[in-house]
Amino acid sequence: MTNSIADIHLAEVLLVTGSNTTEAHPVISLEMKKAVRQRGAKLILIDPREIELADFATLHLRPRSGTDVALLNSMAHVIIGRGWAKEEFIAARTENFDALREAVKESTPQWGEDVTGVPAEMIEEAAQVYSQAGSAAIFWAMGITQSSHGVDNVQALANLALLTGNFGKPGSGVNPLRGQNNVQGACDMGGLPNVLTGYQQVADENARAKFENAWQTSVKIPSKPGLTVTEMMNGVLDGRIKALYILGENPMLSDPNTNHVKEALEKIEFLVAQDIFLNETAQLAHVVLPGVSFAEKEGTFTNTERRVQLVRAALPVRGDARRDLDIICDLGQRLSRADAKNSSDAIRPVSDWNYADAAAVWDEIAALTPSLAGISHERLDPRGIQWPCPAADHPGTPILHKEKFTRGLGKFTPLVFREPMENPDSEYPFTLNTGRILQHWHGGTMSRRSEGLDWVVPEGEIQINDADGERLGIASGEMIRVASRRGEATGKARLTDKLPRGMVFMNFHFAEVPANALTGDAVDPVAKIPEYKVSAVKIERI
Amino acid sequence: MIKPDRIVATTCPYCGVGCTLNLHIKENVVYRVTSPFDAPANHGNLCVKGRFGYDFIHSKDRLTKPLMRKDGELAPAKWDGALGHVAERLLEIRDKYGPDSIGFLLSAKCTNEENYLLQKVARGLIGTNNVDHCARL
Repeated sequence: MTNSIADIHLAEVLLVTGSNTTEAHPVISLEMKKAVRQRGAKLILIDPREIELADFATLHLRPRSGTDVALLNSMAHVIIGRGWAKEEFIAARTENFDALREAVKESTPQWGEDVTGVPAEMIEEAAQVYSQAGSAAIFWAMGITQSSHGVDNVQALANLALLTGNFGKPGSGVNPLRGQNNVQGACDMGGLPNVLTGYQQVADENARAKFENAWQTSVKIPSKPGLTVTEMMNGVLDGRIKALYILGENPMLSDPNTNHVKEALEKIEFLVAQDIFLNETAQLAHVVLPGVSFAEKEGTFTNTERRVQLVRAALPVRGDARRDLDIICDLGQRLSRADAKNSSDAIRPVSDWNYADAAAVWDEIAALTPSLAGISHERLDPRGIQWPCPAADHPGTPILHKEKFTRGLGKFTPLVFREPMENPDSEYPFTLNTGRILQHWHGGTMSRRSEGLDWVVPEGEIQINDADGERLGIASGEMIRVASRRGEATGKARLTDKLPRGMVFMNFHFAEVPANALTGDAVDPVAKIPEYKVSAVKIERI
Repeated sequence: MIKPDRIVATTCPYCGVGCTLNLHIKENVVYRVTSPFDAPANHGNLCVKGRFGYDFIHSKDRLTKPLMRKDGELAPAKWDGALGHVAERLLEIRDKYGPDSIGFLLSAKCTNEENYLLQKVARGLIGTNNVDHCARL
């Protein structure tokens, strides 16, 4: 998020798209509801489903799945055409405006209606409400990013915020709601193929040299970015990847095209899983290393508003399990020793991989990462700190891009609408959309073992529009089969008027009703994120 | 009413909001979860998972021993054997096929410190940038 959870209630307008906030980020949805109910903010909701937030929305736009860029370009067309853009802001703080204006010249509201199905006058009204607000904040989640044009979608949203000067002030900004508790932190820590900590590029020679010197390791950090998750799975199948070390993840349930992942993990020469449960992925491993849960370890998580917060051990370690940090340090020591022993030439000494505690590891991170340099575990007690925090006396940064953008000027991106990779057709006439529900989490490893949650929602349901259900002779509670070109899943049907006709919605929390057996391999060309929100499927009664 | 042995402040392990939790512990069991009113991200609010979703900590399915595959089956092993085998195999594969034949999946559920150290293993000891996690999923 460019902004903070604490300033959501200051927004005059909230634009929420591709986020079922009340189910996936319930506590943030409370702040949105507070803005609407207590402060009279207007909510523009863009979502094909009639989700709970629709009850709070001034405008609910329901575009056809995967047509986000057309809708957002069309809004940009209206904002520019009607003279609602903030010219001063554009002149002072942005570049490439002419390219955007040219790109959206033909994106009239009528064209927008033809592509997206949202009435032209509603597109105009949304453009007016968003652009006329003193402060307007955009929120999105995986409904925007999990698309074969996810990066375009995000840039189209950023274009709207740039057009209207909605950066660097309370109640504004572009605010992705991050899914996992520490997905922000895993990215910040260099858990991506192209960057070291704090987004320092592996392609940057100076950055690599800094880390190599600090780490005193025996090998060089390669300058070429590595493979993404989806590329690694393909790499196993084509023989490039021989070993995978998987920490606390379950790609068998969370990755697209489960059959493909299973084939890869069964074929791989060496698979290590470090986890707290023998999940579907760990069952295929050659070695399983038992780590501990969040309640048994020390460290930090970084939330969606970039706030680094403490995690404290509340319970002793169970059985022979070990803290994950200790497991990784032990492995590091073994690999260093073996390297030192085997090496004939006089390589530099390897670092000793002995850390007193998680705080000492953090100190090493801070020393190597300018945006985190001022943070220590001691300073995080009790409220955490939002990065960037460059110095020990810096208070952290609740709002990004205040005086200038990280890159200097904010850059408009001209975008061309592209259809999703797989639209419904006569053979597979329905659009499958996938997502989370309130009571469960991701692959269900945690939530399905919690008795109360499992009691409330014990099984995965397949939602279909009630008119579609009637037409096909399917009633709620009956078993149906959903099939795509990749695989199939069976489960109980749930008829609902909250879905548009032609849409099937499944959550991915239940291995017995595996949504990702159906999803495809299409990914965004830049971000390599799978297109989970649009797959063509057919349904039948069993 | 049960009196806790201790109350430990920590951060919720579910979504990215980062709610502050107070874990109420009695005889090493988390029996109640609350949140302080001045918590920076959530002001004392919690969702149903954040308040009630913690039985998994005490699940009988928790792994408590390293496992190694032997004759096709996973069997309990000692740490020294398991980690020694991991180190040996990773180096063997690196030396035979090159560092980019190994991939590391970090975890959006694990701490910053754990993620940092595992990418340090990948980049600094194996010598590969094949490092990713489920940010996209």
